[in-house]
Amino acid sequence: MDVVDSSNLQRQILHNLDRVGMRKVDSARLTLEAMNPDLKVLTYDTRLGADNILDIIDGYDVIVDGTDNFPTRYLVNDAALLKNIPVVHGSIFRFEGQITVFNPYVGPCYRCMIPEPPPAELAPSCAEAGVLGVLPGIVGSIQAIETIKLILELGDPLVGRLLTYDALDQSFRTFKVRRDPTCPACGEDAPPIVIAEYDDLCMPHPVGV
Amino acid sequence: MNVIVRLPSQLRSLVGGAGEVPVEAATVRDAINAVDAAYPGIAFRVLDDRGALRRFVNVFVADEDVRFLNGLDTVLESGQTVSLVPAVAGG
Repeated sequence: MDVVDSSNLQRQILHNLDRVGMRKVDSARLTLEAMNPDLKVLTYDTRLGADNILDIIDGYDVIVDGTDNFPTRYLVNDAALLKNIPVVHGSIFRFEGQITVFNPYVGPCYRCMIPEPPPAELAPSCAEAGVLGVLPGIVGSIQAIETIKLILELGDPLVGRLLTYDALDQSFRTFKVRRDPTCPACGEDAPPIVIAEYDDLCMPHPVGV
Repeated sequence: MNVIVRLPSQLRSLVGGAGEVPVEAATVRDAINAVDAAYPGIAFRVLDDRGALRRFVNVFVADEDVRFLNGLDTVLESGQTVSLVPAVAGG
């Protein structure tokens, strides 16, 4: 699906110039296996959607969310709740990053933290606004730490805490994120989750639709 | 109360690039309106047309989400920081 482009290389460090045009999943696998041949790398060269997400995430212990749009993030959230898999969330925009861990029904979920996505006119995409090239590495490294902590049950994962990174004033801040009892996905009276393609509002779909 | 309003990078162009704006305000709503009075356009990005907090913007007083305090009516103490944290989705 997605292939390596030279414009990716300043931030997507698994690839290099020799791999321009190669499928990203294959390039990523080559780099990772060159570092550690004992790794088992499974690739899915497809767009994550309502039709395949439950099959793809099935059996995994942790989901690391580095997707680049709101509808997919809500899709990942709802599917992770359904499968009861924690999500290590990282998102970036221009000079700032946000990292947290969504542990289903223990801490808040993505919808508790962000009940609705911004309308398009208030949310320029990264393609329009750009991302500082080194920023994904910083946020991704923190996501890797959180993932290792979850697997090894070490320390205090970022459950119920939002860690923000601001490259311009070089600061990290932590904010409390609470579980919303009225959350439409994980709240006390939430209806059963139905996985469906989301429209621009990313709202959960009523059962049966 | 003298408080500091912290702005994300996506709103800093509206205030001439500053990451923090000191204002005089009694509540969170006052603080947002005070920044908007000095730099018009900030309130539109944070509040909807009914004056409610937009659902994709989290506002924290110290490190507490105002949705779990008293919303825009949350009373501020002198020296506190109000952080505006809109959702971002880039990856």
